[in-house]
Amino acid sequence: MLGLFLKSGAVLSLQPLSRLLFSAAWKPLKGQFGLLAFLCGTMWVTLAAMILAVPVALLTAIYLSEFAPRFVRSLAKPFIDLLAGIPSVVFGVWGVLLIVPLVARIAPLFGAYSSGYSVLAGAVVLAIMILPTIILVSLEVFSAVSRDLRDASLALGATRWETVKHVVLRRGAQGLIAAVVLGFSRAFGETMAVLMVVGNVARVPKSLFDPAYPLPALIANNYGEMMSIPQTESALMFSALVLLLVVLAFNFAARLILTRIERRIQ
Amino acid sequence: MNDASHLRIRDLSISFGDQPVLKNVSLDVPDRKITVIVGPSGCGKTTLLKSLNRLLDSVDDVHIRGHIYVDDDDIYDPRVEVTRVRKKMGLLSQKPQVLPMSIFDNIAYGPRLHGVRDRKALAAIVERELKAAGLWDEVKDRLHGPAARLSVGQQQRLCLARGLAVEPEIILGDEPTSALDPQSSRIVEQRLMALKADYTVIVVTHILRQARRIADYIAFLYLGELVEHGPASAIFAAPRDPRTQAYFSGEIS
Amino acid sequence: MGFRRRKWEERIVRALMLVSTGLVLGSLLMILGTVIIKALPAINLDMITKTPQGGYYMGKAGGILNAILGSLYLASGATLLALLLSLPIVLSINTYSLRSKAWAVQVRFFLDVLWGVPSIVYGAFGFIVMTLLGLRASLLAGILTVALLELPIMARAMDEVIRLVPSALIDASASLGATRLETALRVVLRQSLPGILTAMLIAFGRGIGDAASVLFTAGFTDHIPTSLTQPAATLPLAIFFQLGTPFPEVRERAYASAAVLTLIILIVSLAARALSRKLRKHIIN
Repeated sequence: MLGLFLKSGAVLSLQPLSRLLFSAAWKPLKGQFGLLAFLCGTMWVTLAAMILAVPVALLTAIYLSEFAPRFVRSLAKPFIDLLAGIPSVVFGVWGVLLIVPLVARIAPLFGAYSSGYSVLAGAVVLAIMILPTIILVSLEVFSAVSRDLRDASLALGATRWETVKHVVLRRGAQGLIAAVVLGFSRAFGETMAVLMVVGNVARVPKSLFDPAYPLPALIANNYGEMMSIPQTESALMFSALVLLLVVLAFNFAARLILTRIERRIQ
Repeated sequence: MNDASHLRIRDLSISFGDQPVLKNVSLDVPDRKITVIVGPSGCGKTTLLKSLNRLLDSVDDVHIRGHIYVDDDDIYDPRVEVTRVRKKMGLLSQKPQVLPMSIFDNIAYGPRLHGVRDRKALAAIVERELKAAGLWDEVKDRLHGPAARLSVGQQQRLCLARGLAVEPEIILGDEPTSALDPQSSRIVEQRLMALKADYTVIVVTHILRQARRIADYIAFLYLGELVEHGPASAIFAAPRDPRTQAYFSGEIS
Repeated sequence: MGFRRRKWEERIVRALMLVSTGLVLGSLLMILGTVIIKALPAINLDMITKTPQGGYYMGKAGGILNAILGSLYLASGATLLALLLSLPIVLSINTYSLRSKAWAVQVRFFLDVLWGVPSIVYGAFGFIVMTLLGLRASLLAGILTVALLELPIMARAMDEVIRLVPSALIDASASLGATRLETALRVVLRQSLPGILTAMLIAFGRGIGDAASVLFTAGFTDHIPTSLTQPAATLPLAIFFQLGTPFPEVRERAYASAAVLTLIILIVSLAARALSRKLRKHIIN
């Protein structure tokens, strides 16, 4: 119900321009309303963030679920919740303070020049932001695996890690994919923090050290022009629609998987 | 005590937090016999069983005192390698726990962990143990199909075969037939009785009739205490302790 | 034997896991630490008690009271509105029994999917509604938008709590002759009150920290809003704007503002946690 409302809202402003936008989107027009640079920018930053975040999140979730003594687990939970609660502007501030200069400093080691405002900076900040999401969902997935199943593996002489590797991860594979997908959609739509560290240059980024201009940032930055140039408004609304659709699609898929797992337990 | 025994429990006391669950249990489990541990629910039977292969290690806040000797080694000695202890015992849980893989891989899981790599050797093991568990004929054509598709009774026999594949000396059964239909229960019981020729079997059950059917040796556990134990025929015919008598006559359950 | 290899594999993985966990926990500390350290030089009483005077953004006197109060007003208003909207939804899927189970499942699923929608989409939507209704950038528009943002979060948190009310209790009330509405209001709500408050706090924390949804809708001003139709400053935007200036003193103020915002959220978080712990003691089960 509400969802339809949202979609129709954005589409309304889009009607006169839909054809124009669609064709432009696939051409690398920096000019008027080619969305390619922004889509690429978003993809780069999001994928890079996933590559950084997923292994760390999974390893942490496995540790907390399968190996950590109880007091560590109960201490870590509030920490992770706190991390999840930090607003994106604060992440942005931290990113500007620490990560951007860091990236600027290490870029020459890789033979590139960078102001620090780059895909890499965005990826690092974004990665830390989505860690709690992936960890918390993964923990839920692991707790759905029955203790008896783990015991059966241990009883055959497997070590704890082998049990995790062959039994728990296999059993929880679907749920873990859902966790990763949820993390992806969260990263895809994150606006503020990324905006502050990523440089906002409307060019397709060629390397990790180039600046980028993700879709949410586009919308946020240009709302001023929205009032003066009518076509801008449509373009931005279209971008918002694209964003919404992508996120909804991913969320839908992930939730579907997670509900199926829940049902299997009952 | 009487026959040869290579599993000896001495003064075992276990508590979860402040709650004592087992108090000073001492028992010599006879070799190559079926020992059945009986008692009302919640009196520590499963805890006793799980302490034998150190599955209690992963439970929070558990305190274990006393000794369990397998072949004269105390399995709770901190220097002992846990996976070696567990390899000596096979476990059959109440609800069949099939691993999320094919029938073949389920059984090959244990041997692979312990170093068997050769395809032919694994296939031989799989066949041998499936026959020992009485499942070979039913699944020989779909060894690489998912184990989850088997019926519950077949799954339990699969778990039995899987446990045998690591070449244990002792088989542990935690209410192994309570989740099964009567026909599958019969088959599993028959398998266990056939296996006692080569393995020491310990079964926990709350079904007295099952105990009467299969037990060579009985241990009665009540509220964490080992009240009475001895050869099954003797104990069933003439239980000495009043609590045992009450349990057998159905007063307490 | 291959056994030594297995042992080593386990050891390496354990080390990796510890490193990962350390990274996660450490990054929280790093973020908090950095912001606090950088904020220290600029924190003084003026910051939280004054509104920006002329030239504030160029380094002169003033504080961020406008943003602090603006954020508090906005987030409180939004939370209340979200409460009014989500209570009926959550109650309806919980007190009607098996007959409409399918609908309850659908609604829950829908809420879960909505849960992750990026805030900028809500901002854009709010903007569209604003223009449709003829509103200008104002406190009211901001409240509406953030309320929508908070709705899935609050509804889900409340649902988890209200679900726990044992159906026996509901049946007991119904058999005493209460209508469904009376049961809902008197029995269910009272039983889950701490949980509802917790849900409100969680949603509040989310709403107050969000920038993208208020960017278009609440506007920005140096004054404290005195009516719903005036634009309102918000802490996240204040931080953002202060950070973007070339003056280092103003940038420092941005850090201080960030610290203030983080502090507010920390307090709300701790309160929510303390409440939920109290909740666990009082559940009738």
